[in-house]
Amino acid sequence: MVFCLRRRDGLPGLSISIAFTLVWIGLIVVLPLTALVLRPWQDGGAVMLRVLHDGRMYAALRVSFSCAALAALIDVPLGLLLAWALVRARLPGRRAVDALIDLPFALPTAVTGITLATLYGPTGWIGALLARAGIRVAYTPAGIVVALMFVGLPFIVRAVEPVLRGLPPELEEAGLLLGASPWQNFRRVILPPLLPPLVAGFSLAFARCIGEYGSVIFIAGNQPFHSEIAPLLIVVRLQEYDYEGATAIALILLLSALMCMTGVAALRRRVSRGLVARGAA
Amino acid sequence: MGGPSRGGNAVLVAGTYLTVLAVLVLPVLLVMVEALRAGLGAAWRSLLDPDALSAIRLTLEVTLVAVIVNAFGGVMAAWLVTKYRFRGRAALVALIELPISVSPVIAGLVWLLLFGRQGWWGDWLDRHHIQIAFATPGILLATLFVTFPYVARTLMPLMEQQGREAEEAAFLLGAGFWRTLWRVTLPDARWALLSGILLTTARAIGEFGAVSVVSGHIPGLTETMPLHIETLYNGYQTVAAFAMAALLALIAMATVLLRSFLEHDFRKASS
Repeated sequence: MVFCLRRRDGLPGLSISIAFTLVWIGLIVVLPLTALVLRPWQDGGAVMLRVLHDGRMYAALRVSFSCAALAALIDVPLGLLLAWALVRARLPGRRAVDALIDLPFALPTAVTGITLATLYGPTGWIGALLARAGIRVAYTPAGIVVALMFVGLPFIVRAVEPVLRGLPPELEEAGLLLGASPWQNFRRVILPPLLPPLVAGFSLAFARCIGEYGSVIFIAGNQPFHSEIAPLLIVVRLQEYDYEGATAIALILLLSALMCMTGVAALRRRVSRGLVARGAA
Repeated sequence: MGGPSRGGNAVLVAGTYLTVLAVLVLPVLLVMVEALRAGLGAAWRSLLDPDALSAIRLTLEVTLVAVIVNAFGGVMAAWLVTKYRFRGRAALVALIELPISVSPVIAGLVWLLLFGRQGWWGDWLDRHHIQIAFATPGILLATLFVTFPYVARTLMPLMEQQGREAEEAAFLLGAGFWRTLWRVTLPDARWALLSGILLTTARAIGEFGAVSVVSGHIPGLTETMPLHIETLYNGYQTVAAFAMAALLALIAMATVLLRSFLEHDFRKASS
């Protein structure tokens, strides 16, 4: 076997690597996801119809999608600021800031969860300040947004940063020298090439945020129809042994996340083909 | 190099520090302060509690197996995808990266659909007294799914860049597949491999949602470190919860730092 491949392709190991790769992907990814896709239909359409008439599910999806969108939207200017500072500013401690930005990626979600719940809780460092101003964050949908902002921030920074690095600073200077106001300069010169990575970063953050669980449930309050996120409702349905209900929510979340990822991939292809204003690779 | 004006730079730097401080540093600081609220001794003793120790042991065991399986699979897949050209290559890469966009809760749910009491094979497993869901094997499977892509993902761009001349030469000189992989390809890619393994380790240790769905939540038996944090926190054992959280946060920060050094070295070596 190896010999015939050797002659044809010049490099051994094709059959070995195919075998191991297929077993690995097949058992860990394809098999369980097949179960996810097939399960809702196996008990007939009536069950699915009942599941799709569940108001609590739509409420949870609405909470998840709107909070994720809002959090990712707030992260866009913050992420742009951080990326800009990393690339362009004379920033003392750049390496430390650079490393800190990846912290939300690395910090276990349960740690993030109990920390933010304490920080924004009624007696927490930030929560107490906000309480004096009459604002409640913890145990409300605002708490969900705060947690998701933390989770989504690195996606924006890391999407914008490489593109910004590839833009010559002379571009902005030329704009200013030609008499543009700083605002005009930002809108007409700086923003257009950064738009594709900002959209990509937003989509990646959004896709991650709609599925987020651990960092949210401690701060969210988890009231059905009000501050209950979709991933939590999956867990609730599983505890009720309602596998169909859980699977239906899971499929909707999964498809939404996949659509975001496909969108990002398409956007990146367009940018690299030069159809959209282009930064460096 | 022009760069921003002095005043603009000051505003930019101040804004950056403020954002980093409020959003990123404050939470980490809070973890440490809460963990040490009753002193270092109390925090340390809470980590030596039998249930805490059992959670640490289970986490380490699961992490070790997950890293070995996904590092090996990742190396095989990276070799396949970068050294050969074939139809469906892009689809294969997409499939490898798929678990990244799957919610952790779904990563747990899928295993219940197979092995849970109402899952496809639940009855059969029940009859043969094999427990996968709500036991260690389920926790392992969920962790495997969640940490699936990282080694492959960090290896692929680098191995793509390497091409295959070195491997072809090694092969002409009489080395077989395993020898070529071990002696030629992997030494060149060792920083990427290490970085991917670090990422896998960090994700495996800290995974909460996926593991939470398939774990029975039995303290001392099926609780990993993050699950134990939840139990402690909900039981108002704040110091113990944050002591465990501080341990996980330190591991996370060490991982981030190590990877940033690795990347730094790698960039220096390749330039």
